Amino acid sequence: MSLTLILEQVLNGLQLGVMLFLMAAGLTLVFGVMGLINLAHGSLFMIGAFLCASVAGWSGSFWLGLLAGFVGAAFAGAIIEVVVIRRLYDRDHLDQVLATFALILIFSEGTRYLFGPRPLYLDLPESLNGSLSIFGWFEYPVYRLGIIVVGIAMAVGLYLLISKTRIGMQIRAGEADREMISALGVDIRFLYTLVFALGAAIAGLAGALVGALQSVQVGMGEPVLILAFVVIVIGGIGSIKGALIGAILVGLVDTLGRVFLPKLFSLVLDPSTATTVGASLSSVAIYLLMAAILLWRPKGLFALHA
Amino acid sequence: MPSEAVLTRKALVTRERLMNGALVCLLILVPLWAHLNDEPYYLGLATQVVILALAGVGLNLALGTGGMISFGHAAFFGLGGYVAGVAAYHAFDGTPFLSLGIEIPGTNSLPVIWLLSIAVAGVVALVIGCMSLRTTGVYFIMITLAFAQMIYYLAVSLPTYGGEDGLPIYLRNELPFFDSSDPLVFFGLSLTFLLCALLLVHRLTGSRFGAALQVARMNETRLATVGIPPFPIRLTGFVVSGMITGLAGALYADLNGFVGPSMLAWQRSGEIMIFVILGGVGRLFGPVVGAAVFVLLETWLGEQTHHWQFFLGLILLAVVLFARGGVMGLIAGRARHV
Repeated sequence: MSLTLILEQVLNGLQLGVMLFLMAAGLTLVFGVMGLINLAHGSLFMIGAFLCASVAGWSGSFWLGLLAGFVGAAFAGAIIEVVVIRRLYDRDHLDQVLATFALILIFSEGTRYLFGPRPLYLDLPESLNGSLSIFGWFEYPVYRLGIIVVGIAMAVGLYLLISKTRIGMQIRAGEADREMISALGVDIRFLYTLVFALGAAIAGLAGALVGALQSVQVGMGEPVLILAFVVIVIGGIGSIKGALIGAILVGLVDTLGRVFLPKLFSLVLDPSTATTVGASLSSVAIYLLMAAILLWRPKGLFALHA
Repeated sequence: MPSEAVLTRKALVTRERLMNGALVCLLILVPLWAHLNDEPYYLGLATQVVILALAGVGLNLALGTGGMISFGHAAFFGLGGYVAGVAAYHAFDGTPFLSLGIEIPGTNSLPVIWLLSIAVAGVVALVIGCMSLRTTGVYFIMITLAFAQMIYYLAVSLPTYGGEDGLPIYLRNELPFFDSSDPLVFFGLSLTFLLCALLLVHRLTGSRFGAALQVARMNETRLATVGIPPFPIRLTGFVVSGMITGLAGALYADLNGFVGPSMLAWQRSGEIMIFVILGGVGRLFGPVVGAAVFVLLETWLGEQTHHWQFFLGLILLAVVLFARGGVMGLIAGRARHV
């Protein structure tokens, strides 16, 4: 077990972490501002991936595909908000869960109808296909590094948007007291659509970015969605900072657990048992992390209304 | 005019009772008709409805009566199924289930499997409930979902029990005095369990415990003020709910002769939730109607188009947006306690 391997896995964990952050940020923003739990967030992730893969395949430009994933998911989000989600804000969580579950069925089957049952594949441009030498120690794929950079840039951008701009001020005011902000003349309906579209766009970007690492297929969004829920539970609902820290924690624990837990067990158990036990334990490691944090802080690390 | 209000309420209560009675009759008559007319397909469909309804009755106790929106009941359903599958696997294989000092063999005796599946689901519900009931609202939804997903991945990571491919049950598990491989007998067994569960939930809801559970949903502070701590009440409700759903899982595995991770998947949790909501949250027979409507809709749509899930989604969305209270709400008026 060399230092190189550890560093490489830490980078992999970071990459998974920022991906989860991109998903969790939209979820937590939508919950914080509108009080809505949105299961269909994974569908927006899938829409981003499909748009990116098909536009990139059609135009030959990966960058155009990325843009299409981002913008297209934002439009899809805005449409969903106006047609369906808007009617759910004053409903209880049960109705929200069921309605957005129905949206998942509609989007998954609709995508399967449009694109067929076979997965799409997305090729990277030459410029992103190589690997970069990190301090001369080891080689790491440029694209994965790029994802980490994009994720951090999005985190910084979101922070600036929410804490420094007029829109951000309105979003924060909407979290605190929605009657008051609409009484002050802010178009709260438009603000809600905007926040939802923003969350959708970030999820779409995440899907588009991941599309080049795995196959683009129906149902790719929901496993990520459930991981994003774990992230939010750990970080505290409604907190962007919590989402970032929770996401990186989950990304690191999951990645490092999968690589190192079987190795760790092989020190005390025979190899085949160690592989089985290690694999089982690492597949549940993040949920155990979640349980431990819940016992310590039932509202998550950075709960908004603690 | 209070008397008029009382009258309509009475009329609605009677209408719900009538509806419940009609449902029980239908549940008995339709399979009998199918059996007499040699239509095994419809008998199988009816058995599926009854077993899924049982899973829904379990969830309804937590969700409807106790207000605990669990999105993780597939965990209990799947665990019940895996108990049946794993026990049968070891009985078929002749290998012991555990050999730590004493050997625990597998079994294909249905009563043992049923008790075991109820016990396993109960213990896991106790652990999950202890942790997730510290939270409320959206946290609770997400945490139950996450724990169910954990058990799903655990099942996938166990190669002995089929991993992703699941575990076939080669021979239907056995029962003394009855031939459980006869579809009509198996249907009768499932229906008996469903009716017992309905009776249990009815008696529980009417008891002091049930009253406390409902107040825990409506006003936690008030419950605490009269000297009843809400947490143990909720936890008990959650555990009983998980046990009923676990039993349904064991029956379902035996019906299909197969258990796999799909029984534990999050979609399954969503489906069980749909039974409850489609039928009417908190109504005793709500899950029965919901499961029947869902299975019939699924079957009928599946015959019309490959993309039936699309239309199922549209119908569900319409029910949530425009038909609150589900089928029972449409027929027997709004629930008394909502």
